[in-house]
Amino acid sequence: MTELAPSRTDSSPAGDCHAEWKKGGAEATGLDLAAAREKLATRRGPAYWRSLEELSEAPEFGELLDREFPRFAAEWPDGVSRRNFLQLAAASLGLAGLTACTRQPIEKIVPWLKQPEQVLPGKPLHFATSMTLSGVAIGLLVESHGGRPTKIEGNPDHPASLGGTDAVSQASVLGLYDPDRSQHAARLGRIGSWNDFSNELAAALRAQDALGGSGLRLLTGPTTSPTEARLIGELRSRFPQAQWHRWDPLADAGRRHALAAALGVPLEARFDLASADVILALESDFLTSGPGAVRYAHDFASRRRVAEGSAAMNRLYAAESSPSPTGSVADHRLRLRPSAIPRAVQALAAHLGVAGVSASPPESPALDEATARWIAAVATDLAAHPGRALVVAGETLPAAVHVLVAAIHEKLGASGATVLYTAPLEAEPVDPLASLAELLADLQAGKVDLLLISGVNPVYDAPADLEVARILRESRGHRFHHGLYDDETAEYCHWHLPAAHYLESWGDARAYDGTASLVQPLIEPLYSGKTLSEILAAMLGRGGESAYDLLRETWASGHTALSAALSDDAFRKLLHDGLSAGSATPATVPALVSVTAVAAAASAIAALPAPSENDLELALRPDPSVLDGRFANNGWLQELPKPITKLTWDNAVLLSPRTAERLGVHGEQVVEITTTEGRKASGPVWILPGQADGVATVHLGYGRTRAGKVANEIGFSAYVLQTASSRWGSTSITVRKTGDQVKLATTQGHHAIDWMREESEQAAVRAVVRQASLAEYRANPNFAHGEGHAAGGLDTSVSFHPGFEYKGYAWGMAIDLNSCTGCNACVVACQAENNIPVVGKDQVARGREMHWIRIDRYFQGDIDAPAGIASQPIVCMQCEQAPCEVVCPVAATTHSTEGLNDMVYNRCVGTRYCANNCPYKVRRFNFLLYQDWETEQFKLQRNPDVTVRSRGVMEKCTYCVQRINRVRLAADRDQVQVADGEIRTACQQACPTRAIHFGNLNDVSSDVVAMKKNSRNYSLLEELGTRPRTTYLAMVKNPNPELAA
Amino acid sequence: MAQIFPKSANAVAKASIFAVLFLVAAGGFALWRLANSGYVTRQGIILEQPVPFSHDHHVAQIGIDCRYCHTAVESQASAGIPPTQTCMNCHNQLWTNAALLEPIRASLREGKPIQWNRVNDLPDFVYFNHSIHVAKGVACTTCHGPVDKMPLMYQGAPLTMKWCLDCHRDPVKNLRPRSEVANVFWQPPADLAAQQAIWAKAHNVQSKVSCSTCHR
Amino acid sequence: MSLAPADHLIPKPFGTPSEVPVIAPGHSPASVTDKISSVVFGRMPLWFYAGMAVMFGGVMMLLAALTKLVFVGIGIWGNNNPVGWGFDIINFVWWIGIGHAGTLISAILLLLNQEWRTSINRFAEAMTLFAVACALIFPLFHTGRPWLAIYWLLPYPNTMAIWPNFRSPLIWDVFAVSTYGAVSLLFWFIGLLPDLASFRDRTKKAWQKRTYGALSMGWRGSARHWHNYESAYLLLAGLSTPLVLSVHSVVSFDFAVGQVPGWHATIFPPYFVAGAVFAGFAMVLTLMIPLRKFFGLQDFITMKHMDNMGKVMLVTGLIVGYGYLVEIFTAWYSGNIYEWYMMRNRVFGPYRWIWMSLILCNVLAIQPLWFARARKSIAALWIISMFVNFGMWFERFVIIPTSLHRDFLPGSWGMYYPTRWDFATFFGTIGLFMALMFLFVRVLPSIAMFEMKTLTTDARVKGGSHG
Repeated sequence: MTELAPSRTDSSPAGDCHAEWKKGGAEATGLDLAAAREKLATRRGPAYWRSLEELSEAPEFGELLDREFPRFAAEWPDGVSRRNFLQLAAASLGLAGLTACTRQPIEKIVPWLKQPEQVLPGKPLHFATSMTLSGVAIGLLVESHGGRPTKIEGNPDHPASLGGTDAVSQASVLGLYDPDRSQHAARLGRIGSWNDFSNELAAALRAQDALGGSGLRLLTGPTTSPTEARLIGELRSRFPQAQWHRWDPLADAGRRHALAAALGVPLEARFDLASADVILALESDFLTSGPGAVRYAHDFASRRRVAEGSAAMNRLYAAESSPSPTGSVADHRLRLRPSAIPRAVQALAAHLGVAGVSASPPESPALDEATARWIAAVATDLAAHPGRALVVAGETLPAAVHVLVAAIHEKLGASGATVLYTAPLEAEPVDPLASLAELLADLQAGKVDLLLISGVNPVYDAPADLEVARILRESRGHRFHHGLYDDETAEYCHWHLPAAHYLESWGDARAYDGTASLVQPLIEPLYSGKTLSEILAAMLGRGGESAYDLLRETWASGHTALSAALSDDAFRKLLHDGLSAGSATPATVPALVSVTAVAAAASAIAALPAPSENDLELALRPDPSVLDGRFANNGWLQELPKPITKLTWDNAVLLSPRTAERLGVHGEQVVEITTTEGRKASGPVWILPGQADGVATVHLGYGRTRAGKVANEIGFSAYVLQTASSRWGSTSITVRKTGDQVKLATTQGHHAIDWMREESEQAAVRAVVRQASLAEYRANPNFAHGEGHAAGGLDTSVSFHPGFEYKGYAWGMAIDLNSCTGCNACVVACQAENNIPVVGKDQVARGREMHWIRIDRYFQGDIDAPAGIASQPIVCMQCEQAPCEVVCPVAATTHSTEGLNDMVYNRCVGTRYCANNCPYKVRRFNFLLYQDWETEQFKLQRNPDVTVRSRGVMEKCTYCVQRINRVRLAADRDQVQVADGEIRTACQQACPTRAIHFGNLNDVSSDVVAMKKNSRNYSLLEELGTRPRTTYLAMVKNPNPELAA
Repeated sequence: MAQIFPKSANAVAKASIFAVLFLVAAGGFALWRLANSGYVTRQGIILEQPVPFSHDHHVAQIGIDCRYCHTAVESQASAGIPPTQTCMNCHNQLWTNAALLEPIRASLREGKPIQWNRVNDLPDFVYFNHSIHVAKGVACTTCHGPVDKMPLMYQGAPLTMKWCLDCHRDPVKNLRPRSEVANVFWQPPADLAAQQAIWAKAHNVQSKVSCSTCHR
Repeated sequence: MSLAPADHLIPKPFGTPSEVPVIAPGHSPASVTDKISSVVFGRMPLWFYAGMAVMFGGVMMLLAALTKLVFVGIGIWGNNNPVGWGFDIINFVWWIGIGHAGTLISAILLLLNQEWRTSINRFAEAMTLFAVACALIFPLFHTGRPWLAIYWLLPYPNTMAIWPNFRSPLIWDVFAVSTYGAVSLLFWFIGLLPDLASFRDRTKKAWQKRTYGALSMGWRGSARHWHNYESAYLLLAGLSTPLVLSVHSVVSFDFAVGQVPGWHATIFPPYFVAGAVFAGFAMVLTLMIPLRKFFGLQDFITMKHMDNMGKVMLVTGLIVGYGYLVEIFTAWYSGNIYEWYMMRNRVFGPYRWIWMSLILCNVLAIQPLWFARARKSIAALWIISMFVNFGMWFERFVIIPTSLHRDFLPGSWGMYYPTRWDFATFFGTIGLFMALMFLFVRVLPSIAMFEMKTLTTDARVKGGSHG
């Protein structure tokens, strides 16, 4: 279908000045996927490198060649662009003096053959689908332009999303177009076909028929998909002896085990943040990671929107080793070593009088005084809120902790209230680690004739001591690999088959609460990828059947418990909604926690090693951006400044200032970590205030070798430090300086601790982030204004000039700092919506990142032990009196009649005067040709409603003026007013916590006006008289008086 | 001392002053004309098309409404180019064997769309929206010229920014009753100006000259 | 001929010419012309060509740097966010500043009837032109899209029906600098006419005769010529006097109009103008001293010149130093936390060493000029002038990147590190400047011969103070 989407055909980017200004996507490219695919064969990396080598005499090409992200950080526009530039220069100089610097090239316009209904040129369509992570789904709405998915939105009807999303799902659309995804089946590295694959698979399976499949092994990620479960069931019935193994580097069965142990049956815990008054997060970043995080963040924030006379505000305690977004929004944050947390929990349980836990177990060393005091206060507070208290223990904590937490919940009457126990979502839940170990054992024992690995990459991301690579290499059987990338694991398999991206797939899955969600494709597979269901079907000898048929079959035949047989209409409705309403797994009322289990857990905890003050602990955690590394080849996520650290393009050894001092290491110095098991890895140090002393946190997901051009060889792999027994860290490691230095690219702080101190002190002085305790706020709702602030309460609206009168609309924005968790979803959403390029590590290091949204991070109080961490999203403020507008010599940035600070890219000559004069520094300049003009796939992703900027041009946030215009024109056409909430900016839409409010300031009933009426509302640097349209709602913390002292 | 220069040198020197002035003026004028010429703006230039489609014939003589083919014009930014199917609605009855129409039949036969050359082509950084102009009562021919008198299609207006602004600064003078936007035979009433004022009020016509009206 | 028309307009020269003469005794008009034109018609020593070659090497480097800039982008420089302007604008302001001495010496000192200017004005004017030429490179090439900037900044009727933004100081720059360049060029050329004519008459080679002849526009030294010449020269002097003040005032608006702490100051225009004169005189000395030595022009550029220029440098230098003080005071007195932080950041921040070098070069290094001994020591003068050249460059660095790199929101702070291409461009312009100087010295009279004649004793004897 997409072949025929109406579109202009591409004319070389700079054949004429105007063409510099190609709109993204279909508008710019003769959207012909077939042709695109052909081009890919030739137009990929290699071509680029060739063009580099041509130039490699020049000295700086050394640096350039080993730059992580050459395609984007093209300090040298590649051959084509350079040629075009010559033409352009010639043309423009030749015709200098003309206003139109040259004629338009003749462009083609291609109509449909038969116009389908609803598909109209330039009109985007939205389809409901779902993205799964570790098998758990989040419901999405995907925007499609002429058959090209361009933008991910949350599905407002989906319980896991409610319209919000996270950074990873926002960025997944780039993953779809990733040119490094494997593009054809390969047998031993040679191009093969789906037919050869399925034939060979069938042949191998025939051999298994006799053996009842005893030699057949399946290794997949955890799945909640009814269809996949059904097919695997059928496979089992054909091969009763076959084994199905699961692996997932993110998941730890600890909690499930614990619940099974404590409550007798395997159960899943899910939380109701909306009804929790007091929350304790233990080494858990539940607001931004793990299944349901988007919904949790939403519910959590719904309890923090304080206004005068508003309902009670919740209170969050966080005890964690490394600062996370959750910790940064906590009212009380305790820096605690991972090894100390179990004992803290035990103390907590003791305080609460949980049966089976002795107050001070002799054999376990006591907590230090401060921690003990903290725990005591928390315990009192939790106990004071029976049925409305909640303890969230992180996945990485040992099972024993989860047992105690279950007991605590029961004690607090939280079970069934704030904690809901349900049957596991996963089909046939297993402990992934054990499951993988079994498989490896069988492989070594030579029991495996035929192994199908689908969607997992254990060679890279399994604990190193399992030696997956060696075992695979030495195993005899036939190995098939199915995945998005020809990755580290594929290297050890005979066959590799490209998988279909979820935006290319039919399927189903269940959300964090069990809601059955539908996966429907937005586009035909770009690289002839197949879904797991299709492969399973092939194994069942039904190779012909499409994923759609298989899905339909599941839902038609009532195979799934979720629904009876569905009529076609009902199924169409299901697809339209993207979920089957009311299919959430019901909460079960669990049995009482067994005291024996608790006692066992308590003694287990007591038995845990208790490192001394001077021991250095290692904490291995998923990376905030690329998680376990499965998203490592996604440029948007790599360049995304990680929450708190603000690092891009790298992982590092995170140390607290004191610890770094004690070890005598500085930022960016490379250290070699040696674990007690004698495993070694080297990486650069990053000093991070808020980190617990004596803990080195290292993020997983880096140091990949076969991920693609983006991710290969950046950062270092922390999996080599992992062992099956200690997946999430080690209680005592040694570090040694190697003497090397590595440049890390950060968007804030500049790798110097005193720089961070300076920054944070000045932020405080300048009252950039305004904050008060709930008590102070109640006492003085106006705390964010008047004396004591830089503005000193002066009225900046006073002016000799009569202000412009906005008759029609007057757009404005308010950002509630109390709701913002700094999760980065808005940053990526903005990047996707506005065709913002990726610039690469080198350019970020030079301070040239292009994100239109900058999330500033400030440490509050003593930099060594910060009292708090504040995140503040900074976007263009659309100042009423914009300093940038006055100074632009060519009037490329001017004020619109609706109060927007327009930026006209095609008029800009790039003096950068506006950026200099912008007090908020929100303008971004294309210092080089950052935009990728070459890669066909990326053209498909671009938003045709936004100009694609070229080199030498300033750009910035425009409140998504393309969205404003679309809605405003439609309303104007029907001669009605734009209704409040009809226009939603990309950042606003993505925000899981509803921190961003946008609307018409002239509409007194609008949401944004209500926010601006809130007494917490203040404008940044108001004393400059710029009168920003974007304002902030000051932060209100809800500290516990007991701990406040 | 021997003269280096002939006597005429003085005259030449004096004349050169005026010559320079003249050249500067003339050069400026030439550039100005060039910038406004059809060569640069493409106004009035007929492009080669796969099928020599005659708007003159279909619109003026047969009287087909613009919106029969350009279906999206009232609802979308882009007016839309008719799919091959639309041509065949009639031409599977009429001129079924005409050699001229072979490309159309071929397109349907081979399932390959016809590739037309864009006649009215704005730069890619300009976001023009047909639907709103039509809704406000700006007629097709106001910007596309006398389409009904174009045996072969050409660009009817310069489509320069200046030309756009001329109307955007004072749109009223280009208005029609909404019902008449697609009517190529429309005759303005005697009291046009007065009427236009009324239509403008009726359709809430505003002068929109913010940059973001057209550029994003 | 006589400068009579002006005599009644202008004050009498303050003080009689001091005991040190502005021209060595024993010179006759003929000897003056011989001596000065020998520089042009005589044979040049080897070092001259060597130096010229080096400087043209610099020009080539400039061309290479600019070519790469246009083809690859501003990204080859160190500019970033928040520091949008770096070497580019620093160099622009620095060169424009240097350009000031010429007009000042020629126009203002002429109007003030300071005889001692005569031997150095021609040279200073040439320096002005070349400095402005170097300066003009930057406003154009610092833009992201120079191929558009080159004409979009000019107001002219166009098919976009849109004009430049006249509120922007960058547009004021375009007019200020181009006017200044044009007037300086005219002033310089008019001044050259009589000397070109005498070259025409002296040279033996036919093509030189034709060239100098064409350039001298048929000058015959008739009474009418002299009369018109005098009035034209005076008029231009009058015209360009306000320019000395206006140009750098306008340039300073680029910053003063902005609201960046460290830019947004009313003191900027006077303080920039003083700085410009300061820089200009320093550069004149830097170049004059070697020139005088190598071409044995000690007779025409006497110790009196050195002395006077030393004094001017001292005065302007003190004004600049005062400027620094006032900046610090206002930053503190304003009670504006951003201003005060900016000042502390200048003095104690990451770029403190640049601020310290600035104070060293522009304030401390010039103090010896209080003493006649320093002003009369060629070596001392030259070294001090070099200090000032560097100092004024540092001043612009302190004003531009140091103010930008830490402004209002700490979250947006950054550092600025110039790249090899920044230096290539900077040194390239120095190469261009010097190369032009070499050419000038070789083909044109670097000292106004006819004016020097008016200072010769026998000219004075002939009654009227002019020959």
